[in-house]
Amino acid sequence: MSASIEIQIIAVLVAVACALPGVFLVLRQLAMMSDAISHAILPGIVIAFLLTEDLSSPLLILGAAAAGVATVALVELLRKTGLLKEDAAIGIVFPALFSVGVILIARFAGDVHLDVDAVLLGELAFAPFDRVVLGSIDVPKATLVMASILMLNVVFIGLFFKELKLATFDSALAATLGFTPVLLHYVLMGLVSTTAVGAFDAVGSILVVALMVAPPAAAYMLTQRLASMLWMSAALGAISAVGGYWMARWLDASIAGSMASTAGLVFLLVLAFAPERGLVSRVRQQNRQRQVFARDMLLIHLYHHEGLPEAEQECRVEHLQDHLRWERDFAMMAVRTAKRAGFVEDQEGLMKLSDSGREQARHALVHI
Amino acid sequence: MDILTELFTDYTLRTVALGAALLGISAGALGCFALLRRQSLLGDAISHAALPGIALAFLLTGSKSSLVLILGAGAVGWFGSVLIAALTRRTPITYDTALGILLSVFFGVGLVMLTFIQRMPDANQAGLDSFLFGQAAALMQRDIYVILAIGSVILLLTVAFWKEFKLISFDPDMAETLGLPVRALEHLLTGLFVAAIVIGLQTVGVVLMSALIVAPAAAARQWTNRLGVMVLLAAVFGAVSGVSGAVSSSMAPNLPTGPVIVVVVSMIVGASLLFAPNRGFVFRKIREWKSGRALRVDAVLVDLYTLASQHASADYPHSEQVLNVMSSMSGTAKRTLHLLKTLELAQPIDDQRWSLTPAGEERARRVIEEHYGGGA
Repeated sequence: MSASIEIQIIAVLVAVACALPGVFLVLRQLAMMSDAISHAILPGIVIAFLLTEDLSSPLLILGAAAAGVATVALVELLRKTGLLKEDAAIGIVFPALFSVGVILIARFAGDVHLDVDAVLLGELAFAPFDRVVLGSIDVPKATLVMASILMLNVVFIGLFFKELKLATFDSALAATLGFTPVLLHYVLMGLVSTTAVGAFDAVGSILVVALMVAPPAAAYMLTQRLASMLWMSAALGAISAVGGYWMARWLDASIAGSMASTAGLVFLLVLAFAPERGLVSRVRQQNRQRQVFARDMLLIHLYHHEGLPEAEQECRVEHLQDHLRWERDFAMMAVRTAKRAGFVEDQEGLMKLSDSGREQARHALVHI
Repeated sequence: MDILTELFTDYTLRTVALGAALLGISAGALGCFALLRRQSLLGDAISHAALPGIALAFLLTGSKSSLVLILGAGAVGWFGSVLIAALTRRTPITYDTALGILLSVFFGVGLVMLTFIQRMPDANQAGLDSFLFGQAAALMQRDIYVILAIGSVILLLTVAFWKEFKLISFDPDMAETLGLPVRALEHLLTGLFVAAIVIGLQTVGVVLMSALIVAPAAAARQWTNRLGVMVLLAAVFGAVSGVSGAVSSSMAPNLPTGPVIVVVVSMIVGASLLFAPNRGFVFRKIREWKSGRALRVDAVLVDLYTLASQHASADYPHSEQVLNVMSSMSGTAKRTLHLLKTLELAQPIDDQRWSLTPAGEERARRVIEEHYGGGA
């Protein structure tokens, strides 16, 4: 298999593995926790490395997961004292832990391949060179690690789907029903940490944040169902991964950075063009509502004066502006919309209701 | 003391320390408003989002002068903060998600630009990397002038708009009813906030600059309930950690500045959380213990009095076991009884039995008066 395809497979695995727990972070308004955890696992990795002196030891992942859970616990501890708000607690805990990690590297591990840039930025391009042989197949180590983490995430979310759903949307109910939302919270955070450590080896900690937050946020614009949000996030994450890879090839730039940029671009597109909640469709809905409202006001006005002596005067376009004090644009829009629907006929500046227009005016009178 | 002498004689060290102190002051002061407005993580997002600004400024001008890079970072950082506000106001996206997206995506774009610059022919990009973690040792005299100039403007404007900023931080609705241009003031405050962040990027780095915003303010908050005192304290904390971080890292070559500053400021936060009077953890525990003890003393006194009131005289003795049973909710009565003896409110008659002293009887009556409104 060519290196290019292998890199793309790893990228997709990373993106999907990040997107799944990311959905719950976004829904629980804990998106910044991904930032905190992906930074704070550094000292866990460094300490585990200093103990084992082996960069490929599985203890490193364990150390990272422990550090991630410790971050969550520390934030919770600080918050519970009542002395700090949650955001301030996050903003203090993770830089502190990350700094300890950086200093440890600078002091004790400066000469090995564990430098800060790699942690922060990752380098996916080198992933295919680090290989393992499993029986008869020979795959990059990152593929194996990320596939396992993805499996772990899928199995966990599959097994505890309804518990997660309940704890996410109504944790008080979950607690009264005897589930343990707090335990579930910590397991989820452990999962986020594990995913972050596996992913940041390949793509760096900042990209972990991009892949955990942007695709789920985009999916959130597209659907209101948890199950569809999960698979949409996974799909959008995979698209960002592959798109990012090709963008990086094209620009000859960092793959991780390109994937984050593409994830942002995908989010932006979805934000603009999502069918119901997107910006464009919201503007169109609002316009439509304004038109219908203007049209119905016009119809009611005409209906009011229909067949009366003053109709000659009241039912003119100029009158709408002069006496009803409608804005010119609003008046024109009302007339245009009503004519287009065939509710009003224009007879040399004098407006007359059609049969269907009269019907609609009666309907509007009742329903407005 | 060597460090102190060097601080005043060594040119590089003095420059670095002065710069770090200045940005610690402005970051600490502006951080207070962010903390009170629950925007502690906005600093994190903005400092990351400024990275493409630095790269863009370099790409456009080819200059690495800190003023150009700071302007680029400031412009993009401010744009980022506007985007966050627009996203949260106009779409269903929540604040934390907006922060996360902006932080990571802008940082990713910055990374693409940096690697792009790296691979450009004959572009000397050395030094741009130091924006990730900060390189205090690379600070030059003219960088200090830039920091000094921008920092003074930040502080002057903060003082000039002091009461407006105070009002929109604590009660934006009231500011609105008073006819203040709240939106414009918020933009100004955010602008100053962005400025305080970007002048620190070169020294502390984009990754950790947010800590220099949040931590001094969080520490200062523990010592006072007055905004003025809080801002001053935060400025001092910021300056102290800035100087100690910058000095120690410029003396040890492989110690990045940002992380050292963050560790120092985190220790200040820890100490404040523990030892600040009133709010601090230790003092609160002591206070709880004291008031708990006072409650127990009163409870046992009242128990003794209640028992005695069923007999002819108030000093009628009663056994410790009975009192134990009566105060079963708050542990044994033994320790409290000994406390009562020290306070001369009760006295042991023999091994087992205790009675009230006249002073104890008086106090018990007063407690009952206060808490039960008379008759026990």
